[in-house]
Amino acid sequence: MIRKSLIAAALCGIVAQPALAADTVKIGFVTTLTTPAAVIGNDMKNAVDLAVEHIGGKMAGLDVEVIYEDDGFKPEIGKQKVDKLVKSDDVDFVAGFIWSHVLLASRNSALNGGKFLISSNAGPSQIAGELCHENFFSTSWQNDQTPMSMGAVLNRKGVKKVYLMAPNYAAGKDMLAGVESTFEGEVVGRDLTRWGADAQLDFSAELAKVKPSGAEALFVFYPGAAGGAFIKQYGQSGLAGDVPLYTAFTVDALSLPKLQEGGLTGVMGTQHTQQWSPDLDNETNKKFVTDFKAKHGGYPSFYAAQSYDTILLIKSAVEAVNGNLDDMDGMRAAMAKADFESTRGRYTYGKNHFPIQDFYLREVVEDADGMWTVKVVEKVFEDHQDLYVDKCNM
Amino acid sequence: MNLKSLSPAGPNGWVMVITLVALVLVPPYTVLANEPFFLDLVMRAVILSIAAVSLNLVLGYGGMISFGHAAYLGIGAYCVGIPGYYGIYDGVFQLLLVVAVCGVFALVTGLVCLRTRGVYFIMITLAFAQMVFYAMVSLDEYGGDDGLVIYERSRFPLGGAIGDSITLYYVCLAVLVATLLLVHRIVNSRFGLVIRGTAGNDARLQSLGLPTFRYRLICYVIAGIMCGIAGWLLGNFTLFISPEMMNWIRSGELIFMVVLGGAGSLFGPVLGTGAFITLEEFLSGFTVYWQLYFGIFLVLVVLFGRGGLHGFIEWLFRRRS
Amino acid sequence: MDGALILVQLLNGIQLGVLLFLVAAGLTLVFGIMDFVNLAHGALYMIGAFFCAWLTLNLDSFVVAILISLPGVFIVGYVVELLVIRHLYHRNHLDQVLATFGLILVFDTIVHLVWGPAGLTFTLPDAVNGRINLFGITEFPVYRLLIIAAGLLVALGLYLVIGRTRIGMLVRAGASNRVMVGALGVDINKLFRYVFATGAMLAGFGGMIIAPITEARIGMGSDILLIAFVVIIIGGIGSIRGAFIASLIVGLIDTMGRSFLDDLMKLVINETAAETAAPAISAMLVYILMAAILYFRPQGLFPPKVR
Repeated sequence: MIRKSLIAAALCGIVAQPALAADTVKIGFVTTLTTPAAVIGNDMKNAVDLAVEHIGGKMAGLDVEVIYEDDGFKPEIGKQKVDKLVKSDDVDFVAGFIWSHVLLASRNSALNGGKFLISSNAGPSQIAGELCHENFFSTSWQNDQTPMSMGAVLNRKGVKKVYLMAPNYAAGKDMLAGVESTFEGEVVGRDLTRWGADAQLDFSAELAKVKPSGAEALFVFYPGAAGGAFIKQYGQSGLAGDVPLYTAFTVDALSLPKLQEGGLTGVMGTQHTQQWSPDLDNETNKKFVTDFKAKHGGYPSFYAAQSYDTILLIKSAVEAVNGNLDDMDGMRAAMAKADFESTRGRYTYGKNHFPIQDFYLREVVEDADGMWTVKVVEKVFEDHQDLYVDKCNM
Repeated sequence: MNLKSLSPAGPNGWVMVITLVALVLVPPYTVLANEPFFLDLVMRAVILSIAAVSLNLVLGYGGMISFGHAAYLGIGAYCVGIPGYYGIYDGVFQLLLVVAVCGVFALVTGLVCLRTRGVYFIMITLAFAQMVFYAMVSLDEYGGDDGLVIYERSRFPLGGAIGDSITLYYVCLAVLVATLLLVHRIVNSRFGLVIRGTAGNDARLQSLGLPTFRYRLICYVIAGIMCGIAGWLLGNFTLFISPEMMNWIRSGELIFMVVLGGAGSLFGPVLGTGAFITLEEFLSGFTVYWQLYFGIFLVLVVLFGRGGLHGFIEWLFRRRS
Repeated sequence: MDGALILVQLLNGIQLGVLLFLVAAGLTLVFGIMDFVNLAHGALYMIGAFFCAWLTLNLDSFVVAILISLPGVFIVGYVVELLVIRHLYHRNHLDQVLATFGLILVFDTIVHLVWGPAGLTFTLPDAVNGRINLFGITEFPVYRLLIIAAGLLVALGLYLVIGRTRIGMLVRAGASNRVMVGALGVDINKLFRYVFATGAMLAGFGGMIIAPITEARIGMGSDILLIAFVVIIIGGIGSIRGAFIASLIVGLIDTMGRSFLDDLMKLVINETAAETAAPAISAMLVYILMAAILYFRPQGLFPPKVR
């Protein structure tokens, strides 16, 4: 009996949080803080904290409160957490989302609950197309865009045959579709490998097939920890001389320090595409990169840059309505204008609220301090818009 | 096996009555206190309780340690998701589908699994669950790894709908009560006596001429269908289904819920599920390293907490009287 | 699908097989002798990988790291047995499954606390980082051949120790009749503890040698554990020989499935569906095999003779 009432008390304790007055902007931020993918989540969290610090913890005079939730890399956990943020914490914005499948699972909980949903990373094709919504915004990209720019790069380099590899989940399939939509040569092989909490990390069987296929280039998408494992095995497979590696979201500020520590020089000079780079020359980016490095001792990743932009986007909306958080229409109109200086410079929104922005080819280099990082080689696309916007009836 | 504990007169009987009454009062409370998320939490506990009670029928009473029970939960939920994908939201059709698919799956796998004993049984039930898991992962049409969003809850003829959460909650609660009644009837019938007997000494019952294999198979199928219905409710509740729901970790958690509450007791699994959800929610809100404490708790419960919460309540009562 | 590719994939399959054997060997011994279901066995594989990776990064020598890590994992196994496992021998399988399930959570979180969520990565010494020409038709990484050799050596060593030595005789006797061995004046608890710690060390060794390929990573133990269980069930619990044969079968099926199944399936269904389904179906194949074997032989391929 005693135990029972203790449980009841504990349950009430969790849910009965005091109703907060409207003088706070509450942002629920869903990301991955456990499993190996927590590397990404922590980087995003650091960037959000830095952004809040940079704006002095205030938006239009209101205090900013960020509530972090861990999705555990699982869509249904992510959805549960969004339900909690919407129903229990009553946040004003639900943001974050590394993974496309977590975002897809959580979409209805946030939007049907009447909240703004802002993706700081994931950009599944469905949400850019038929599932678009007036209260959804992205500060990243639609999944296909980055690999599409890679397809264009491969064409320019005169590659005729390519081998594709990605994990078997929503974004993985979008990535490969993206390359295929712009690449003009032949796709001689495609492998989708197991993903999730027990992802496949030994790629020997797949790598063995690359050379016999006659491919002239290998394109892969392995975000987070799997990227490091892949690069390493690519190096060991002896493909480096014959089949050069091109990536998307695989080599970044999270994997490079580990690759450097492990002495995997094979990654130097490899190229990939991205909408942002730490060396982009604008005021916001300089401040962001300098302060992030000072605070955390390493370069921020693109995940971090997009998360930083998420807070700036929200700030622009809250300031446009002078802190009147009930004015959803006003905030929506303000966000649709993207009227703020982002880390990638200015961009605009399409009608599906995905950015129309530039994409760059980046290369792995060593900076002045001997730290491995990336720098822009050239601009691949200017003001590029995703392919799914026409399917959005908004 | 303590027969007395199954009647409402024992201390655990009173716990059951009080808990069920409290559960009936949850929706008015959440409306008055404006805590809609609390309703979600309790609803998840109620649905998983049904699954735990069904697992307890085979595990607690029948001594069959199924390490693949989450598969039925997943199949039940996909019986909402897949018809929904084709625009079919008819609840009667979905439920018939649940009974058919879970029944056939339990029957076919049971024919193989029940030939084995002990740890072989644990592993083969796990193997079948993994097969379903990978089958759903490979079905790209229904979302594969990414899962399937369900856009509408089930509809019933004559305008019956479970669209709002409170109605769905009472449906879940009614199913829980019905499941408890059914399990109570089963374990106290002649059939149930045989099932409980096979957990102890199957060979002796066989030598008495009882077709124990058939009895156990029927029991296994009933439990599978019950859990499938819990899955159907889960699909309606979360409006999202992914293969992750039938991951082997989930099966392990279901076993833990049963053991935490007290295997082989009627209401124990419900208490165990409640405690499990509370703990998970509480610890995960407290630290990202919550699994450390959760794991330690698990080990301690096994080492020192024999009989689970059910046993604890009896012990408390006995000490007082 | 040409000969060179088939050869490479065969070797890849065998390499996965010997890795599985290293994990399965300890599992099947502990299981066979003590009738103990240890879900936390995979955690020791992970611990081995982390120890080794961490030491390699700090000492700059992979070989030295392995030599230190081996006794390290042995001690971890010994302590875990002392603190938790020995209290569970007389419990039923249910309690064992639950308690060791709890241990997995504890180990995973401790590793997360100590080494962070990212995992550890390091490179191989240059001497073994190259590739070797096989019969003039293809090339294969030297290190993967070394893994195969190391696994086969361990298998041979275990076979000799168990078949030819006094300790091996006690272990075999313990597996078939625990009470009798105790009656012969052997300290059975001590025997158990050493067998458990040795099993832990073997699993840890598996983790150490795979770490340079996949990197040390949280959760790596749970992935291999399930397959290792399948292996010992197929092989017959308590049988080292069964575990060895089943490891190779499972390793080959998994690798061959991943490499050739999608091409085969493309003949029947459309290309994208085949690419999505093939990895999942090849993962399923292993479980289908196990169910089929248990249907015909409910105690595995090499069942223990006396129980």
